Amino acid sequence: MPPPRLRDLIGDDVLTLDRIDALRDALGPEAGPLDLSGLVRVDMAGAWFLATLGPARLTGAAPGVAALIDLAAEAMPPPAPPAPRRPALPDLRDAWRRAVAGLAFFGRVLVLAATLPRHPQALRLTSTVHHLRETGLSAIPIVALMAFLIGVVLAFQGAAQLRQFGAQVFVVDLIAISVLRELGVLLTAIIVAGRSGAAFTAAIGSMKMREEVDALRTLGLDPVAVLALPRILALVLALPLLTVAADVAGLVGGAAMAWAELGVTPGVFAARMEASIGVGHYLVGLVKAPAFALIVGLTGCWFGLQVGSDAESLGRMTSRAVVVAIFLVIVADAAFSILFAVLGV
Amino acid sequence: MSVLSIDGLVTGFGDRTVHENLSLEMRRGEILGVVGGSGTGKSVLMRAVIGLVAPRAGRIDLLGTRMDAASEAERRAALRRTGIMFQDGALFSSLTLRQNVEAPMRERLPHLDPRTSSGAAELKLALAGLPPEAADLRPSEISGGMRKRAGLARALALDPELVFLDEPTAGLDPIGASAFDRLILDLRAALDLSVFFVTHDLDSLAAICDRVAVLADKRVVAVGTVPELRAIGHPWIERYFGGPRGRAAFGA
Repeated sequence: MPPPRLRDLIGDDVLTLDRIDALRDALGPEAGPLDLSGLVRVDMAGAWFLATLGPARLTGAAPGVAALIDLAAEAMPPPAPPAPRRPALPDLRDAWRRAVAGLAFFGRVLVLAATLPRHPQALRLTSTVHHLRETGLSAIPIVALMAFLIGVVLAFQGAAQLRQFGAQVFVVDLIAISVLRELGVLLTAIIVAGRSGAAFTAAIGSMKMREEVDALRTLGLDPVAVLALPRILALVLALPLLTVAADVAGLVGGAAMAWAELGVTPGVFAARMEASIGVGHYLVGLVKAPAFALIVGLTGCWFGLQVGSDAESLGRMTSRAVVVAIFLVIVADAAFSILFAVLGV
Repeated sequence: MSVLSIDGLVTGFGDRTVHENLSLEMRRGEILGVVGGSGTGKSVLMRAVIGLVAPRAGRIDLLGTRMDAASEAERRAALRRTGIMFQDGALFSSLTLRQNVEAPMRERLPHLDPRTSSGAAELKLALAGLPPEAADLRPSEISGGMRKRAGLARALALDPELVFLDEPTAGLDPIGASAFDRLILDLRAALDLSVFFVTHDLDSLAAICDRVAVLADKRVVAVGTVPELRAIGHPWIERYFGGPRGRAAFGA
């Protein structure tokens, strides 16, 4: 029986990329011969497929087609050995090493900051002020708005419960203590982590990708001092100020809702605040702010320096920076709560 | 038969014009070198032809499609018949080399069997001179020369009729550059490829270009073989081909 022609198998005299699957299916598993005498057009992919069939099976190819098949056969790579299987579980030693390296980065930044008073010219003032504006001043509207809305929600939820006991006036205590001690600073830190922490990672990460960080090193400059320190310093200064703004906005929001829902007038609100809410609550919240700022700044810059050379790693590190920063901020908040409870503050 | 025909092209950015009344014609199967001083708009010309830069005026006829006037779908169809190699390869950084070459194939034929796309991609990488182990590496893990070759392999993924190369031998060692030239010649012979070759490499121009188009004064001031160009007597052309490097490549 004569070997099948291409047209018999796939209905056409052309073997291009889109026909190969059809031909493979039509040929089936047996290694039978194939008559190429009717073949008028073949592209490199088609030539590759024919070359994989092996010269023994092919007959009747026109000279041009044969030349292409030979070109493909000569260039064809040898079959590759199976790739080694990658381990399924994440390497814990790797995670530990990374954590230790992160801690070392923290120490590095602290040492640099500590030597600043002796070498004031090492402070990059322009850079620090620029970041102060970016992370601090520009963030005031969004932080204030968020805090205002939180105050509103708190008052609303609290009002519903307190009304049952006729204890409406305690809504002032509820709002003031929650906002000043906890929510003002915590939610501000979370917003700043998403806004500025991610920005640090993306900016430093893109610089790392484009080898700008390497260029800094070759010029004798320390990337940590040039890139990370100004950002972290700016954040440590900005976050407490943002917290003040958040506290004020939160109280205003809470007072507004208390007035609307419970009839607690601003006058009553202010009087109650002065009478029973000590400054201590305000200070407790404010003391946490620099610590949170340090956490967000360090994670943002650290993950930025970990970015590899592809776009995928930039995205991964940015998202990791935000998640880790928020997680550590919440852990720190819990630690502070325990500390203050022990101190009886 | 012309694969590319440009007539009266005007391009610019803001109040800066890059090309003014530029005309150029390219025949099927020819390797056309495109030269010009830095800043004369060689890359902009290439980008205007493939539709990345919108021309302000003029006709661009690419493989029978009016790139300045046709619909988005018609332009895309024409582009599928071309291959473009950008200056540092412009490979997708999150994919392996094999996946990079497969990308145009999978885009064009979404139901393609992975055995077929993988094998065809490996063949293109091998034709471009890359070792088999490179297929599973990422662009960041290979050298600049290998990245260029991978960029060429991707440009050839769909067996285009016309290939645009933007300074392909820049940064390659002499052996690599020479091998690249030979590769282009072999592919032209095997696949009837037409090549639009933006370059500064005088050795490439001497070795493989059928004609050379010279960009200056915002237009193509001359097109022809190198001897024809030198006979014109344009001062810039004389410095370009007649300087010490030019003499080494072409002979005095």
